[in-house]
Amino acid sequence: MTTTAPLRAMAGRATAWARDPLPWAIAGLLLLAAGLPRLEPAFAALFPSLDRPMYRQDTFLALLGAHVALVAASSAVALALGFAAGLFVTHPAGAEFRALVETAVAIGQTVPPVAVLAVAAPLIGFGEWPALIALALYGLLPILRGTIAGIESVPPAVLDAATGLGLSRWQRRWQVELPLALPVLLAGVRTSVMINIGTAAIASTVGARTLGSPIIIGLSGFNTAYVLQGALVLAALAVVVDLGFERLSRRLQRWRTTP
Amino acid sequence: MIDLREVCKSFGATRAVDGVSLRIEPGRITALIGASGSGKSTLLRLINRLVECDSGQILLDGQDIRAGPPEALRRRIGYVIQSIGLFPHWTVARNIATVPVLLGWPAAQVAARVDELLTLLGLDPASYRDRYPHQLSGGQQQRVGVARALAARPTLLLMDEPFGALDPLTRQTLQQELARIQQALGSTIVLVTHDIDEALRLGQRLVLLDHGRIVQAGTPADLLARPVSAQVGDFLGRATLGARLLGQRNVAEILRRGEAADGEALRPDQTLQEALAAFLTRRVERLPVVDAQAAPLGAIRFIDLLRDPP
Repeated sequence: MTTTAPLRAMAGRATAWARDPLPWAIAGLLLLAAGLPRLEPAFAALFPSLDRPMYRQDTFLALLGAHVALVAASSAVALALGFAAGLFVTHPAGAEFRALVETAVAIGQTVPPVAVLAVAAPLIGFGEWPALIALALYGLLPILRGTIAGIESVPPAVLDAATGLGLSRWQRRWQVELPLALPVLLAGVRTSVMINIGTAAIASTVGARTLGSPIIIGLSGFNTAYVLQGALVLAALAVVVDLGFERLSRRLQRWRTTP
Repeated sequence: MIDLREVCKSFGATRAVDGVSLRIEPGRITALIGASGSGKSTLLRLINRLVECDSGQILLDGQDIRAGPPEALRRRIGYVIQSIGLFPHWTVARNIATVPVLLGWPAAQVAARVDELLTLLGLDPASYRDRYPHQLSGGQQQRVGVARALAARPTLLLMDEPFGALDPLTRQTLQQELARIQQALGSTIVLVTHDIDEALRLGQRLVLLDHGRIVQAGTPADLLARPVSAQVGDFLGRATLGARLLGQRNVAEILRRGEAADGEALRPDQTLQEALAAFLTRRVERLPVVDAQAAPLGAIRFIDLLRDPP
C-alpha cells in the first residue's frame, strides 16, 4: 500500500496534466504550422484546378511568429495606454476627464480597422508600423473599459475599511483596489487581444507579414487553398490564446473560487 | 481619552455634527445612539479622520488628531464597520495582519499575533488561518473583522454598527464576546448603534444624538430612569422602559440569603429582566438562587423588583 500511494499520486498528476487542454492545444498549433506543407497532396486533391495548392512564400511557423509578435507588441502598447488612462480617470484628479477619454476612445473603436490602416499607410508607409499603430489604437477601448469597470467593481466597504485601517492612497490602490479589479481588467485585455488576433490578419493588406498574408493573397488570386491554410492556423492560434486567458483568469481568482 | 471640543461638520446645507463637545473615558464602552441621520456615524468617523471636521478640535490622549498624517493616526485606532469590509483576496491571516504589516512588524511576530487573535475570538488558528473570507459565515467574518481591528493592540476601537448585519443569535454571541474582550484588554471602545438593546447591553456610557447634537449623555441607568425629554423616553422604548431598567441590574442585588424557594433556580449574575420573565412564566412570587456549582444561595421575591435600587 505504502509503495503504491506515491505511484498513484504520480499517475494522478500525469493524467491531470494529460487532461489539461492547454498543452495539447499549443502542441496542436505548432504541429499544424510546421506540418501543413506535408498536407500538400490533400490540398491538391481538394482543389484539383489549382497549380500551386500550398502557400510557400513563407513558412507557416514564420508567419505564426510574426503574427504573434505583432499582436503582442500592439496589445502591450494598448495595455500600457489603456491601463494608464483608466487609472488616471478613476483618480480624483482625473475624474473630470473621464467622459472625454471614454468618448474619444469609443470613437476610435467605431472606425473600422481597415480605414485606420488605409489612413496610416500613406502617412507612415507600408509595413509593420502602420499595422502596429492601428492595432494598438484598436485594442485600447476594451482595456480602458475593463480597467474602469474593474476599479468600480470593488466594494465600497472594502475601500472604507482599507482607508480606516490606515492604508495610504497608494497602498490602497495597489494592494486592494487593483488586485480586486484584476479579473474584470483581465477580461478587457482578453477581449482586446482576441479582437487584435483577427484584425492583425487584415494588416497584411498594408504589407505586414502575418497569418493574414496567405488569406489576402489567396483571396486576390482566387486561391481558396491559401485562404483555408491561413485561416486554419489563425483559428488554432485564437483557440490557444483564449485557453491561455481562461487559465490565467482562473489562477488570478483563486481567492474567489476556492471551495 | 478622547476630548471633542465644539466639533462641527456639514455636508452641503446639512449640519451632520453641530457643536458637539464630549469626553470619552478610557477603558470603557461608549455607545453613540440615535436615529438614522442623527450624526452618530459622522461623529465616529471624525475621530479617525475619515471625515475632517469643519471647526472645533478633537484631542486623543491630549494631542490634536490633526497633528500628524491621518494614516499614522488610523493605524493607532481599531476600526470595525457593519459591512465588515474584509479584503476578499487575502486570507484570514493576511487580513488580520493588515496593520501590523503596515507598521513593519517582523513576520514571526505578526504570525504569532494572528494566531493569538484567532484564539481570542474563538476561531481555531490551524483551520481558519489560511481560509479566504468567502469561505466564512457572516459571524465568522465579523470575528475576523474585530481581530483585524485589534491586531496592532490599539487602545481605542471605533465600531460602526458592527453587528447590525448579523442574525440575532450571532449578534448576541458576538456582543458577549466583545464585552469579554473589552474587559480583558481594557480597551476604549466607541460604538455606534441604532439598536437600543445593544447599547444597553454593551454601553457603560450612552450618548444620545439627534440632528447632530447631544440630547443626553450618561450611564444606561441614568438615561432609563431620568430621560431629559419625552423624545429620549420614546427612543429608549417607553413601553418597555421598566423591563430595560431591570435589565441593567442583576439578581445578586435583591438576593435574600438563606431564604428557600422551590422551582428552577436563577444565578446571581442573571439580570432582573430575566428574573421578571421567570416570575411571570412560572407564576410564582419567589424563586431560588444558586451559584455556579448549583449550591443554594437563597431566594428572590417578586415584590423586591418594585423597590428602588440601593
